[in-house]
Formats: sequence, structure tokens, C-alpha cells
Amino acid sequence: MKARIFVTLKDGVLDPQGQAIEGALAALGFDGVGAVRQGKVFDIELADPADGEARLKAMCEKLLANTVIEDYEIEVG
Amino acid sequence: MKSALILFPGTNRERDMAAALKRAGGRDPAIVWHGETSLPDADLIVLPGGFSFGDYLRSGAIAARSPIMPEVIKRAQAGALVLGVCNGFQALCEVGLLPGVLMRNTSLKFVCREVKLEIVNAQTPFTRAYRAGQVIRCPVAHHDGNYFADAATLDRLGGEDCVVFRYAEGTNPNGSQRDIAGIINAGGNVLGLMPHPENLTEAAQGGTDGLPLFQSIASGFMERAA
Repeated sequence: MKARIFVTLKDGVLDPQGQAIEGALAALGFDGVGAVRQGKVFDIELADPADGEARLKAMCEKLLANTVIEDYEIEVG
Repeated sequence: MKSALILFPGTNRERDMAAALKRAGGRDPAIVWHGETSLPDADLIVLPGGFSFGDYLRSGAIAARSPIMPEVIKRAQAGALVLGVCNGFQALCEVGLLPGVLMRNTSLKFVCREVKLEIVNAQTPFTRAYRAGQVIRCPVAHHDGNYFADAATLDRLGGEDCVVFRYAEGTNPNGSQRDIAGIINAGGNVLGLMPHPENLTEAAQGGTDGLPLFQSIASGFMERAA
């Protein structure tokens, strides 16, 4: 079983790295970029698919995301 | 004072910390590797600074899930004093012993300089040798020291005197909310701070403004033993 997990900053959490990227895009001449938010992607393979989604959710809660500042989304492929 | 110092791969401030603990408390700390699952008898458990696990994933995140951490949590819940400095503070937040999280500095730069620290709460076992309102010098060296918590948590921290150190006189080096440099848990026994008081504990380091923190802890245990 393969899954892709997206971890992104919650709305309202300041993202200075995203802002720096936004500035660099503008400097490269890409006009009209509204806002950039930086996140993380994890590709995970589970040898045993049993309870896969529940286990992936537990992985997000316990390690992959810090839910004080981050949201996560699990995409099973 | 018996202390235990937890070592992770990538910890690099353990010697400075051990020297400060010995200077104030007269004894070398026990050094405990992160892969252990038990702790020696200790009045104080310290998570020193550094870059545990290369700051992979998030600063302190992997350290917080180390085999030794359930034991640290158990001791903390039983009332032992726990001190986390810099990367140790990040790990204490990640493991949930302290609220909030330390995010990337708003400047995106690693900051290594001296700041002014205001002692906001001098009633804790870690700060009794200071006066409330006192401003001291203290070095900082970090990339992820920008303290973040939601507004309700920040209000609660302020209301319950859990903010122990604030960056003073416009020296906030990292964008921390409300200039927070160090906080204590509601139980008053787990302290985390980004600055390095252990690096200002003898004249050869350029000053001793950090020494009273360690003397506060040590004198508490001496009084209790007497």
C-alpha cells in the first residue's frame, strides 16, 4: 500500500519561508503571485495494508505533523 | 544536587551544561544516552542544546520520540525538575511537556549573539536567585527559536505566570510572539528556554549572568536536604 501525505501550515501561522519564496518569484519576474505557503510531502509504503489509513493517521498525529501549527492530508494511491 | 543530562545524536552543548551544573551544584551530571529506557536517581533532568538528529523533520521532533522520553515524562509528572535549553526546549514542546512550538526565525537566519533577558517570574525553582524585572545578558544561538502558540495559550501563559523569560530592550532575535524566550509548565517544574545561560557562568566566558539559574536549582535541593 502506498500513500502520500501532505503536511501544511495551518491558516494564520506565519510562514517566513513561504514569504521569502514569494519574494524570490517576484524577483524572477513572475508577476501576480498572491501568496506562497511552504509544506512537506511524505511518500510512505506500508508492507501490510491492514488498518492502513488508521495507521497513517496515527503516524501524522504522533510524528509527521505538529498539530499545533500544521494540518495533514493523506492520499492513498 | 543529582542531575542527569540526556544526550541525543547531534547534541553539542552537553559539556558546557555539565560544567555549569558542576559549578553550581558541586557534582558532575550523569550522562544518559537517548536510547536508554531508564534514568538514574536525579533531582534535575536536563535536555541540552544542539541539533539532535540534524533538526530533521522539525527541530526536536525526533528527539522527542526517543526511547528515553517516556521515562523523562514520567519523572516530570512525578515532580522532578526538567530543564530544556535551546534544542532541549524544542524537544520539550514537541513531546508536549510544554505548550507551543519553536518555529523558524522570522529573519530566516541563524542568530548567534547576545540578547537582554528580562526575568519575568522569579518565583520558580529555576529563577529564585534573580529578581523579578531584572534584565540580564545571555547568549543565543539558534535557527528555530520563534515561539508560537495560539492566542488562548499565550493568554493563559501570561495569566498563570508561566512566561519566565522575555527578550528585553528590543533584542527579540527571532520574532517570538510576545517576546517569549522561556516558559514553565503549569506545575512549575518543567522549564524551557532558547538562550544559553550555561554559557555565561564563569568569568572566562565573559560574565556570570547565567549562573544564578543553576544556583537557584542547586540551593533548592540543598535547603531540602538540610
